[in-house]
Amino acid sequence: MNQPIAFTLKPTSAPAVAVDSPPKMSARGVDVFYGEKQALFDVDIDIHRNRVTALIGPSGCGKSTFIRCLNRMNDVIADARVRGSITLDGQDIHDPGLDVVSLRARVGMVFQKPNPFPKSVYENVAYGPRIHGLAASRGELDDIVRASLERAGLWGEVAERLNEPGTSLSGGQQQRLCIARAIAVDPEVILMDEPCSALDPIATARIEELIDELRLNFAIVIVTHSMQQAARVSQHTAFFHLGKLVEQGPTEQIFTSPRDERTQGYVTGRFG
Amino acid sequence: MSHVALAAILLLLAALGYTMGRRRATALSGGQARRLHSLPSYHGLYVALWCALPAAAVLAVWLVAEPQIIAVLLMPSLPPGSAGLTDGAFQLLLGDIESFAAGRAPEAGTDPAVIAAARRLSELRQSGFILLALAAIALGAGGIGWSRSRIRPGLRARNAVERATIVIMIAASTVAILTTVGIVMSLLFESARFFAQVPFSDFLFGLQWSPQTALREDQVGSSGAFGAVPIFAGTFIITLIAMAVAVPIGLMAAVYMSEYAGKRARAIAKPALEMLAGIPTVVYGFIAAIMVGPALRDAGEWVGLDVASESALAAGLVMGVMIIPFVSSLSDDVMNAVPQTLRDGSYAIGATKSETIVRVVFPAALPGIIGAVLLAVSRAVGETMIVVMAAGLAANLTANPLQAVTTVTVQIVTLLVGDQEFDSPKTLAAFALGLVLFAVTLATNVIALRVVRRYREQYE
Repeated sequence: MNQPIAFTLKPTSAPAVAVDSPPKMSARGVDVFYGEKQALFDVDIDIHRNRVTALIGPSGCGKSTFIRCLNRMNDVIADARVRGSITLDGQDIHDPGLDVVSLRARVGMVFQKPNPFPKSVYENVAYGPRIHGLAASRGELDDIVRASLERAGLWGEVAERLNEPGTSLSGGQQQRLCIARAIAVDPEVILMDEPCSALDPIATARIEELIDELRLNFAIVIVTHSMQQAARVSQHTAFFHLGKLVEQGPTEQIFTSPRDERTQGYVTGRFG
Repeated sequence: MSHVALAAILLLLAALGYTMGRRRATALSGGQARRLHSLPSYHGLYVALWCALPAAAVLAVWLVAEPQIIAVLLMPSLPPGSAGLTDGAFQLLLGDIESFAAGRAPEAGTDPAVIAAARRLSELRQSGFILLALAAIALGAGGIGWSRSRIRPGLRARNAVERATIVIMIAASTVAILTTVGIVMSLLFESARFFAQVPFSDFLFGLQWSPQTALREDQVGSSGAFGAVPIFAGTFIITLIAMAVAVPIGLMAAVYMSEYAGKRARAIAKPALEMLAGIPTVVYGFIAAIMVGPALRDAGEWVGLDVASESALAAGLVMGVMIIPFVSSLSDDVMNAVPQTLRDGSYAIGATKSETIVRVVFPAALPGIIGAVLLAVSRAVGETMIVVMAAGLAANLTANPLQAVTTVTVQIVTLLVGDQEFDSPKTLAAFALGLVLFAVTLATNVIALRVVRRYREQYE
């Protein structure tokens, strides 16, 4: 198991990242505490548009904790504290002047387990546009729902089933429904916390294709346990270990010539 | 020696059997429990069950059959000519014999044949009991001897004991089921007697309730009208008022407790709310009758309304307070059971806490909440003490909550309290009302439980 895992980088269909463009989001010196316990130490990272950033690392390394900082989902956890600066287009997301509601409308999230609401397929997608008042009429709402489902690659499968409960879809369809739900409010960043861990390989491949398409319009951050997945879908990879961001760089470099020996050990499967 | 002493002896015998069985199994295993199929304690239980169960069965059969057997044996020694007596006189004679046998001193002029029969009855009882005791003890001892002789290392004592335990558990659940069946049967049969005298449609659709039946032909004011609509209407009004109080307050309390309250506030608030359910209903009853009722009447006077001091409103308000915990506690539980991932999903789209509660948590918990409300309804319909004390007895057919109304439960109480003849329509009406009440609460309970179950299936 000591030789590097096989992976291929697909020829990039999207425009190359303009290196000098300012980052969409940027984290500097982020520490997170759960009660007395520090879960994340001094994390610096930039998230760019048109690029998939993969966060990898063994269980409990803090990658999920970090992704939840980016849309302030850690606010929901009673004793979690976040220190350091995280900016979205240069504006601090912890700025009291920035409403967490509008932050989350701009930074969407897809969870590990598909969590469609106990509503119809249509209502699941319409949920965000409704609470943010994005549609002036039923017709506009219909258009948003249709466009979102199309972008999530689900329209063909559910066009005739819009009134069925979202929970009646298969696991992979549910996850794509959740992606449609997230993009219906037209966010700028999409966070994905192990979006395929509850899915079978075929559904996973479907989601990965989708992620590659979504990259054209969004900045995407994905937490994954699967190194092959990180290699397949991401352009930038950050390796977390024991709450620290050990190493980050272009995905190809992280997987072929990592500088840190912990990264080397993880990507070659020696631990984790 | 009494039956209690006999039961105690049998228990001791079973305990002895347990030790003997255990010892023997241990001895057979040569100190190595692994050589046995079952642990020594199972062998002990095996012997104890063989001792206790047959003896207990004999005891139970005897307790049921004794009166019949004794009566048959007593027949020959009854005073001559008693065979020709009417049914009532015969019962009287038996009662006499019974009381002499129980130790009543014979008076002058008592028929010596009766005294003799009484003595014979005592003798029969005594010898019957001695026979029973001997039989039971012999069975117990025999059971010990037989089962002990069957103990081998390969004996599947554990399986036998577990089978016996299952049978005992089935018997226990049968008691509950048979009780329900028995109650329903007695309600049905007594109601059938009632409906033989009062037409079914008069009862269900009649608008006049005046259950006093005439004792004499010429009695005035005792028409005996059994139209139950005013009673159903009263029950309905009071239930409605109670739900109007309990549902909003209970739901808001539940939302606060499950979504907003911190751990500490919840740890205090929830038991405190549930304590409301622990207050005896009679206490609520006198609060309704002595404080709320008069207070409402005074308040009504103040604004120029005519409020009866026993009003549907007073009873309904207090009953509503009483069932708040039914609504709040169950709704709180179902809202807590809504997975956190659903809430996270909603927050992540940018919904606020209240939007998440209204649009996601509440709809997801709705079936459970409906179940909670229906359980509260059936509780309100069946509640007795508060309405007896605070709602009044007058069977007014009115939709005005400020007047006195009466409920099904109140009427059942008043129809049966005191000296009543048990074959007049008046008392039998209580059974018919009880049947209706039972049907309504059963239906709401069944619906409520089904709704709750469907909800559970969705999230587990």
